[in-house]
Amino acid sequence: MDYKGVWILGEQDRGKVQTVSYELLKRGKTLAEKLNVDLVAVLLGYQVSPAELESLIHYGADKVVYVDDPVFGNFLPDPYINSLTKLIDKYKPEILIASATSTGRTVAPAIAIKCHAGLTADCTGLDIEEGSRNLIQTRPAIGGNILATIKSPDHRPQMATVRPHSNQPMDPDPTRKGEVIYEKLEAKFLKSRSRQVAFIEMKEEGANIQDAEIVIAGGKGCKTEENFKMITELAKILNGAVGASREAVDLGWAKYPHQVGLSGKTVSPSMYLCAGISGAVQHLAGIKTAQNIVAINSDPDAQIFQLADIAVEADMFEFLPMLIEKLKARLNK
Amino acid sequence: MKIIVPIKQVPETSNVKMDPETGTMIRTGVEPIVNPLDLYAIEEAVRLKNQYGGEIVAVTMGPPSAHKALREAISMGCDEGILLSDKKFAGADTWSTSYVLSKAIEKIGNFDIILCGERATDGDTGQVGPGIAAWLNIPFSTYVSQISEVTETKVTVKRIVENGYQLLDVERPTLITVVKEINFPRLPTLDGKIKAKQAEIPVWGPEEITAESEHLGLKGSPTRVVKISTPKVSRDGERFSPKTDGEMEEVVDCIIRFFEEKEII
Repeated sequence: MDYKGVWILGEQDRGKVQTVSYELLKRGKTLAEKLNVDLVAVLLGYQVSPAELESLIHYGADKVVYVDDPVFGNFLPDPYINSLTKLIDKYKPEILIASATSTGRTVAPAIAIKCHAGLTADCTGLDIEEGSRNLIQTRPAIGGNILATIKSPDHRPQMATVRPHSNQPMDPDPTRKGEVIYEKLEAKFLKSRSRQVAFIEMKEEGANIQDAEIVIAGGKGCKTEENFKMITELAKILNGAVGASREAVDLGWAKYPHQVGLSGKTVSPSMYLCAGISGAVQHLAGIKTAQNIVAINSDPDAQIFQLADIAVEADMFEFLPMLIEKLKARLNK
Repeated sequence: MKIIVPIKQVPETSNVKMDPETGTMIRTGVEPIVNPLDLYAIEEAVRLKNQYGGEIVAVTMGPPSAHKALREAISMGCDEGILLSDKKFAGADTWSTSYVLSKAIEKIGNFDIILCGERATDGDTGQVGPGIAAWLNIPFSTYVSQISEVTETKVTVKRIVENGYQLLDVERPTLITVVKEINFPRLPTLDGKIKAKQAEIPVWGPEEITAESEHLGLKGSPTRVVKISTPKVSRDGERFSPKTDGEMEEVVDCIIRFFEEKEII
């Protein structure tokens, strides 16, 4: 197979390269080094500055392939899919990894169909098999109950998406040099059958749980919406974001963007504190990459305790008010 | 208007418990159910039908017993169910699955909207919806939390993304994957259940949908599962079981010290 090189799908928002791109570059670097090939960042955007494009090189890319067009001002599936399919056909990378963001999860499956490529979703581990140069992909399945190891031996490129924020980027090296290739594509690749008519920014406080350093989460054990407010209060005191289990979201105590777990979001904060969450496997799968976990639950057999650095078997209605009060005093709030 | 809803039968995984001794899934009492996220697609189809008229066809690929999933869809308001079942389909990954579903949808024909759940709770890939759209070469939208309007030529949808909501006009016919924010799925009615019980469910194989055999099943799937293992979840953390107020206070202090150590306060 004459496919060569590791590609990562970069993402930008209004001209600013997104952190997930740098995270992917770190993943890609390990693979490119093992294969002894170039690491390429492909980016579609509109009026992305040369400095922004260079930043991809500082974070590890050997080359940047960039397509500039007004159609990439907002995300639309058609031009993304058609342009990337065309670029894959031209450059023939052996591996393409994308972030499992709303963009990556939308375009990667369609590109995989068009390129007749194998695609593995939400990988937690990526490695190269010695000898065969195959990409070894590891991902959780069946609600996080099992880990599956997957490869696509006979198809190229080998495609994978990786959970955003499941690893840190490398430290940028501003002296690193590389090449930026400005690609021009024919108009037929840039057409879109959908059109953005508006964008509504999400301004809700504490909703961006994926980027938060501190996440305070509550579950069914809160028993009422009123009690769930203790979680919100604690988050506010610590300048953290509010997370919720699926049950708490289903009960309407928190909105869907706050949902943590396989059917919600993966979080990797420095500190994850949760109360009243028993720890269904699908929830645990969403917090595994948190650096520190404190869990409060009255059930001594709660599964959440398996994952906790500090497990407190106590009644949250007695424990949380005390914690809130002491923290307020400690922080002069 | 003709709406097609591809659905999947999955094991009930959300309440699955792990056996702490063996580290394996306790399968006792794990019944196959309709993928919970597909219920939102079915509900949205029923709402669109009630508003704009038309018919809804549910389609699934699976073992012969998957007709139960289609009957559940009918009990919620779908008009027909079509089962894609054949030994040659077995072992398909998302590439091959979306191929088979797209061929079946081509055979059903004349559709206006395809509605899918965001993903299935067993595989958790979310790849089949976009995959079907790619095979059919129709525009599609993912993570849709609202379908605000359907006209002769376009559908207006609201999709939820990381930092907000994107409002899109999309040409028809189109495929939409929905998130659970979109609605609250109804329970089957008694009439619906009777209809579901009596429904004839056609079973289609590769010949009926004129599928190319090299795209089918494990043989037609680019990906290979080479190993299955059980993840280790335990962190061996510290355990406290405070009983009195005094003990409780000690644990609170311990957590605050932990916060300080980790420099979060």
